[in-house]
Amino acid sequence: MSPIVRLIVQRIALGVLLLFLVSILIFAGTQILPGDVAQAILGQQATPEALANLRAELGLNDPAYFRYFRWLGGVLTGDLGTSLTTGQEVTATLLPRLWNTLFLSFWAAIVAVPLAIVLGLISARYRNGWVDKLISGLALTSTSLPEFFVGYLLIYLCAVKLQWFSSISTVYDGMPFLDRMKAIALPATVLTLVVLAHMMRMTRAAILNVMQSAYIETAELKGLRPIEIIRRHAFPNAIAPVINVVMLNLAYLIVGVVVIEVIFVYPGMGQYLVDHVSKRDVPVVQAVGLIFAAVYIGLNIVADIAAIVANPRLRHPK
Amino acid sequence: MADTLLDIRNLRIEATVYPPGEPPRTATIVDDVSLTLEKGRVLGLIGESGAGKSTIGLSPMGYGRGGVRITGGEVILNGRNILQQSKNGIRKLRGREVCYVAQSAAAAFNPAQRLMDQVVESSLKHGVANRAEAEKRAIALFKKLSLPNPENIGRRYPHQVSGGQLQRVMTVMALCPEPDLIIFDEPTTALDVTTQIDVLAAIKDAIRDTGVAALYITHDLAVVTQVADDIMVLRHGKMVEKGTTFEIIKQPKQPYTQALVSVHHIEHEEKQPTPKPILSVKKVTAAYGNGIIKVLKDVTVDIHPSQTLAVVGESGSGKSTLARAITGLLPPQQGEIIFEGRKLSSRLADRSKDDLRQLQMIYQMADVAMNPRHTVGTIIGRPLTFYFGLRGAERDKRVKELLEEIEMGAGFIHRYPAELSGGQKQRVCIARALAAKPKLIICDEVTSALDPLVANGILKLLLNLQKMEQVAYLFITHDLATVKSIADSIAVMYRGELVRYGSKSQVLTPPFDDYTDLLLSSVPEMEIGWLETAIAGRKMASAGN
Repeated sequence: MSPIVRLIVQRIALGVLLLFLVSILIFAGTQILPGDVAQAILGQQATPEALANLRAELGLNDPAYFRYFRWLGGVLTGDLGTSLTTGQEVTATLLPRLWNTLFLSFWAAIVAVPLAIVLGLISARYRNGWVDKLISGLALTSTSLPEFFVGYLLIYLCAVKLQWFSSISTVYDGMPFLDRMKAIALPATVLTLVVLAHMMRMTRAAILNVMQSAYIETAELKGLRPIEIIRRHAFPNAIAPVINVVMLNLAYLIVGVVVIEVIFVYPGMGQYLVDHVSKRDVPVVQAVGLIFAAVYIGLNIVADIAAIVANPRLRHPK
Repeated sequence: MADTLLDIRNLRIEATVYPPGEPPRTATIVDDVSLTLEKGRVLGLIGESGAGKSTIGLSPMGYGRGGVRITGGEVILNGRNILQQSKNGIRKLRGREVCYVAQSAAAAFNPAQRLMDQVVESSLKHGVANRAEAEKRAIALFKKLSLPNPENIGRRYPHQVSGGQLQRVMTVMALCPEPDLIIFDEPTTALDVTTQIDVLAAIKDAIRDTGVAALYITHDLAVVTQVADDIMVLRHGKMVEKGTTFEIIKQPKQPYTQALVSVHHIEHEEKQPTPKPILSVKKVTAAYGNGIIKVLKDVTVDIHPSQTLAVVGESGSGKSTLARAITGLLPPQQGEIIFEGRKLSSRLADRSKDDLRQLQMIYQMADVAMNPRHTVGTIIGRPLTFYFGLRGAERDKRVKELLEEIEMGAGFIHRYPAELSGGQKQRVCIARALAAKPKLIICDEVTSALDPLVANGILKLLLNLQKMEQVAYLFITHDLATVKSIADSIAVMYRGELVRYGSKSQVLTPPFDDYTDLLLSSVPEMEIGWLETAIAGRKMASAGN
């Protein structure tokens, strides 16, 4: 087996193992939550008999490991359980919301990643000059502001004052594409502003690190222009750390949208999670947690693999 | 002077330096240096580190490393003053009229691009040729520099070819756009001697056949003798002497040049082996990577009290691994280490404090072998406290004695490593090793990073200390000249095996085995025409086989 395939298989196997461990943590975490699910469902006035019946019905009297494997078995066959509060299949309610979240994150990423990398390259080119300071300053400001603040600010300006967009990002099945894009414009902008600085600063730092190398001097002494040096010689060697931070931010785009979805009342995973945590709806919380973990681990594996593939020593062994 | 290519007049180059604990000040790197170079000639720039030779060499490209600035004089290339060119104008001549060959080709190639893309890059950038023409020329040059598989080597990545080959590819990269001038900056310094000779011959042929002019920068007078028509000797940024190669090596006028020419003359009388060696390495086999990569194969050597065993070999010969096996850093798979008649534990962690004290080490890079935040007194005092429990005034007294022994003086006790020169740093490392009062010191390439005259001082010091302190040395080096000056017995290693071992006179007297012969015949001598003779000798030997 070529070393590159072996490394990739190793990373994937590690990812699966990690996901398994996370599933244990999620399950254990939801078990130690204070309070009683049956009580939460039936309310304070419920009779002890009714509570006991419900507990038996929900299988809450079985030992914890038994319930864990029952849950895990269900997850592996695509059955995430039944919501305790609504009685609906979690899988069926969750999928459209997952799709909505992915849609929002995807468009935010499409804007944020190229923008961050290009700004990072420009900053590196004009390092310590006014262009660099301006870019860094704006990016750091937008990151330092809390996302709810930026969100409400945009709502105030673009929705209330200018009335370009609606302040509520409602989407529904069968919505025309352009309407859908208009609906997510504000939350996607906020997301972009939140993740931009991290990726841009990392690109800049990675490029500047590579710029210390002897082969950059070689390129300078060939008479190449600074931007050609960065594009042809520095960036291809800085790609591994950049990919890593891009993936980390993509994961944040999907996992970290909770606040933004709540602000814009966007029907995604984050809002779904928040709603059901407050209702102590354990199956939903577990399902959402597991999906977030899978996304996080998956993107990190992709980053690892991309970094491995970007290394010429591994791609072209001696 | 119709065909003058490069005319440097009264060049002055300055840099801002930041000495520790003092305000920044301006230092003069190059002071009032003038030189001319005609088309097709080779001028050698020679000097120690800090002599300003690379800085001068880069001036025709309008380039200053680490923020140095040209503050005076003129650099006239092809009739134009470089210093008055715009940034754009300078970019147009870099890689077109002047090309550069760096010391470490391994670092000077972009690891993420194929060799061919990098070799033809400046030709394409400056519109000298289209891609097909440039590649054709590169392949012809690959052939001329005797690179293996010239048609396809360009498709490889830098990590896929050897160091010597990479240096030749770098020379092709410089030749490809057909420049008027090439700056060679220590192009063979990082190579093994047996590789150096081939690269040197290839560079010399290429210069002759293409008629390009060259500035050849090196600290090695024997190397520059082989390629240069004229030599300029530099020291502390000033010119010491300038002349034809013959004049410089045969009739040097300045005392500094005379010292450089005669640097390797240390008289050292070989001592006879004693019946009781202080340390014996018996049939040691060692490997890295869970025993898969064998780097030492069945090596047996003895080191005698207050004598020096020199271990010679190229990179990858296993000479440093031998040191790691003796010190216990790499426990051998087989064989044993006998010290004063008893077997030492193979693992470092199992050895007694006294065993540790008896074996000390000195390393190649003195500046990374010392904690930069400790004073010289702390660095030398640490083993005194650790092994002998000395503290306070008692310890200071002993540190001062040691500082006298290494010919530096008690005044250095409160200094930091950053305030010392390269030679002084290595002396402090020697004092630190001596502080433990060891029976054996392992010296791993201790003079390789130093300038010849400084290295010579260190060798003399080591020999003196051997007499005074009755200490034995295991002296690891790739430099045969050093071996001749210091050794009592010699072990020649090649790919983990001992190919020749005995007293100095035995090892250096014919008949030789093939490898020792190759090694000895590859060491450049300060004689004009040595390279041609050596290459011809090799061709005859390979024809005879």
